Amino acid sequence: MSDAKKFMYINRKAPYGTVYAWESLEVVLIGAAFEQDVSVAFVDDGVYQLMKGQDTTEVGIKNFSPTYSALGDYDVNKIYIEKESLEARGLTLDDLQHLVWEDEDEDWAEKDSIRVVTSAELATLFDEHDVVLSF
Amino acid sequence: MSILHTVNKSAYERDTLESCVRLAAKGGSVLLIEDGVYSAMSGGIKSSVIENAKGNLSFYVLGPDIKARGLDEGRLIDGIKVVDYKGFVELTVNNDKVSAWL
Repeated sequence: MSDAKKFMYINRKAPYGTVYAWESLEVVLIGAAFEQDVSVAFVDDGVYQLMKGQDTTEVGIKNFSPTYSALGDYDVNKIYIEKESLEARGLTLDDLQHLVWEDEDEDWAEKDSIRVVTSAELATLFDEHDVVLSF
Repeated sequence: MSILHTVNKSAYERDTLESCVRLAAKGGSVLLIEDGVYSAMSGGIKSSVIENAKGNLSFYVLGPDIKARGLDEGRLIDGIKVVDYKGFVELTVNNDKVSAWL
């Protein structure tokens, strides 16, 4: 795939209050379907998108949070969470869904998709991508 | 005259809640709904907004919006009451007016 570009999707909004989170997830899946090199970052209120145990039955909105666990099947396995955003909200990695992917080069070994990184590390990562899209 | 204030934005994204508590008269009620419910959680850097105001104002949070977002009721800031949609209606009729902070 010589024409594959490195895409970075930045998610900064909480789910449900606005449509950004859902729209971003759709765009990420479309990018992956076209076999681009996809990375996804969750910063600011975007970290809330991955909260465990979301149950929208009483608010009448589709709960799209189970879709995140399908990202691994689309080879989206570079998922970055900004450490500073988690800590500011009193959250830890344990509050978020455990996302994994299967590495076909290592007999389909299950590996973690999520990496907690600092703001400085994210800034470097953003620099290394060809396209950066913010939601 | 008592006012029910509703706040539907996260304190981590907007200053809506801070303006609300600054401008709400003592004895008023504040109901957190939609993305406003994130501000009701303890342990975050914005938890102090409610901690500092709860002596003067009564705080409520809409249960269905907490559940939708996967938040743990056990980690709410002490003193915040959880209400359902019926409780929302009761707060509305028990106050003289409603002010929706957008």
